[in-house]
Amino acid sequence: MRRPVPLNALIGGSLIGLLVLTAAVALVWTPYDPLAVNLRARMVPPGAAYPLGTDEFGRDVLSRLMAGAASSTIVSLATVAFAVVAGGTLGLVAGFLRGWTDRALMAVNDALLAFPGILLALGFLVVFGASKWGIVIALGLAYAPSVARVVRGTVLSIREREYVEASRVIGNPEHVTLWRHVAPNCIAPVAVLATSMFGWVLLSESALSFLGLGVPPPAPTWGNMLAGSRPFMESAVWLGIAPGLCIALSLLGINLLGDWLRDRLDPRMAVHA
Amino acid sequence: MLGYLARRLVMTLPTLLLVGVTVFVMMRLVPGDPVLVMLGDTATEADIADMRAALGLDQPLPVQFALWLSRVAVGDLGASITNGQPVFWLILERFEVSASIVLVAVAAAALIAVPLGLVAAWKQNSTADLAIVAGATILVSVPSFWLGLLLLLLFGLKLGWLPVVGFVPFSENFALALSFLVLPIVTLIMIEVGVLTRMSRAAAIEVLRLEYVTHARAKGLPEWRVLLRHVLPNAFAPTWTLIGLILGNLLGGIAVLETVFTLPGLGRLLVDGIFARDYPVVQGCLLFIALIYVIVNLIVDLMYPLFDPRVTAE
Repeated sequence: MRRPVPLNALIGGSLIGLLVLTAAVALVWTPYDPLAVNLRARMVPPGAAYPLGTDEFGRDVLSRLMAGAASSTIVSLATVAFAVVAGGTLGLVAGFLRGWTDRALMAVNDALLAFPGILLALGFLVVFGASKWGIVIALGLAYAPSVARVVRGTVLSIREREYVEASRVIGNPEHVTLWRHVAPNCIAPVAVLATSMFGWVLLSESALSFLGLGVPPPAPTWGNMLAGSRPFMESAVWLGIAPGLCIALSLLGINLLGDWLRDRLDPRMAVHA
Repeated sequence: MLGYLARRLVMTLPTLLLVGVTVFVMMRLVPGDPVLVMLGDTATEADIADMRAALGLDQPLPVQFALWLSRVAVGDLGASITNGQPVFWLILERFEVSASIVLVAVAAAALIAVPLGLVAAWKQNSTADLAIVAGATILVSVPSFWLGLLLLLLFGLKLGWLPVVGFVPFSENFALALSFLVLPIVTLIMIEVGVLTRMSRAAAIEVLRLEYVTHARAKGLPEWRVLLRHVLPNAFAPTWTLIGLILGNLLGGIAVLETVFTLPGLGRLLVDGIFARDYPVVQGCLLFIALIYVIVNLIVDLMYPLFDPRVTAE
């Protein structure tokens, strides 16, 4: 069944490695200042001085893409971390305590799950405002309920196992049983979910930026670069190609990596083979 | 069977109530005083107090919620702050545009994706399977708004086959209306084919391993009959659920495509409402889209027994 070389892991890993590397480099160095306006070098096609050309303000596209990679990666990682911590805690507590705590927490959770994710994010964005951290909170809150549901389900199936009983019998306090014996078993399903979520968040963040509801300009993001390229779609094709390709390749990387991870880690998904 | 339908219908009521509570709380969390937003900077103290009383904002929160719910339940979503039109009619008008795109695109995508997924699963690990999986994974990874821009660049600007900007209602000029909708629909089909192919392939692989399939083959049934009569119905069930989720998600998510193709759809109404701080419009869109999402999922669940009769036996 398993291919000798897991092609999806190889390609996905390389693409995501490249993304993270680019983001890290961009934090300390970019070929030009991504915000520097140079009116004498407007709309320069890709060439020796500007490998990916310049935009309508003479800003270097490559530098802006690199800065965009950093911003997308940071926003996506922060959002996923927020969703995992918030949703994970909720799911752990609800599943472990059960009873009315569980019912109350899950009622709130189900209310949020009754909305399509992107709609919930748009709603929260109205509350928290369109800024870098506004997006992190809005998208994090929108995705946390799915984490809560997965974690609660896992906890419910684990809490009845013998080794959890054993931990109680030897006199461990409940919080030790919860953190030492129950929580670690949620890591595999959460890792699978978090990987896909990184992709969804990256896409949602780009879409929000594209709509003008993301990180405010002039700070470059792939989404707002793409939106900015629309008036020049015909005259300066490179402006619209490069940011979209960056988003697509990052998503491809994360999807391939997610497929591989799911096959490896999630026993329920690793079809009865 | 009837028990299942009744249970599922009754379960919808608390969900709808929770949706209402969520939107109500969300709109109360919005920073700034809604009365000041509606009245503008020139309002006097007395104006503000009158408006507050008129809107019931001087009442305790549970009373406010009950008042609010009684209005919303009969479709009174207030008037838009920007143009004074009733939000309910604005939404219905925009919904028509979004719904026609989404329904046509998702239906077409399902018709393409389900057979593709079935063939890929049937020939698992063959070259054809690899090609289908690779193609689907690439389609899933392309952002819809970028694909839309590329198609617009190619067919609108370079080849000049289709109009680039604008929209005409079907009632005015059918052919012209269609020409504006071809590209958004094609874009959406391509994206959703990726998602649905992956799902239907995964589901079909699981079903193909079950013993009843081996049994059907052992009986000597022709392979096409095994696939269509025995594998397809069971493998389609999870895809069917996914279709419901996609339909709901698209009503909000289609805002980006409506922006690319400058279409006056529901997603665009919501986003413009957010920009203009037109809270009645935002609130109306949130409620309406969530309601449609709940209804679509309800319909999906009610039709589910057609593919998988086991769910009614619970």
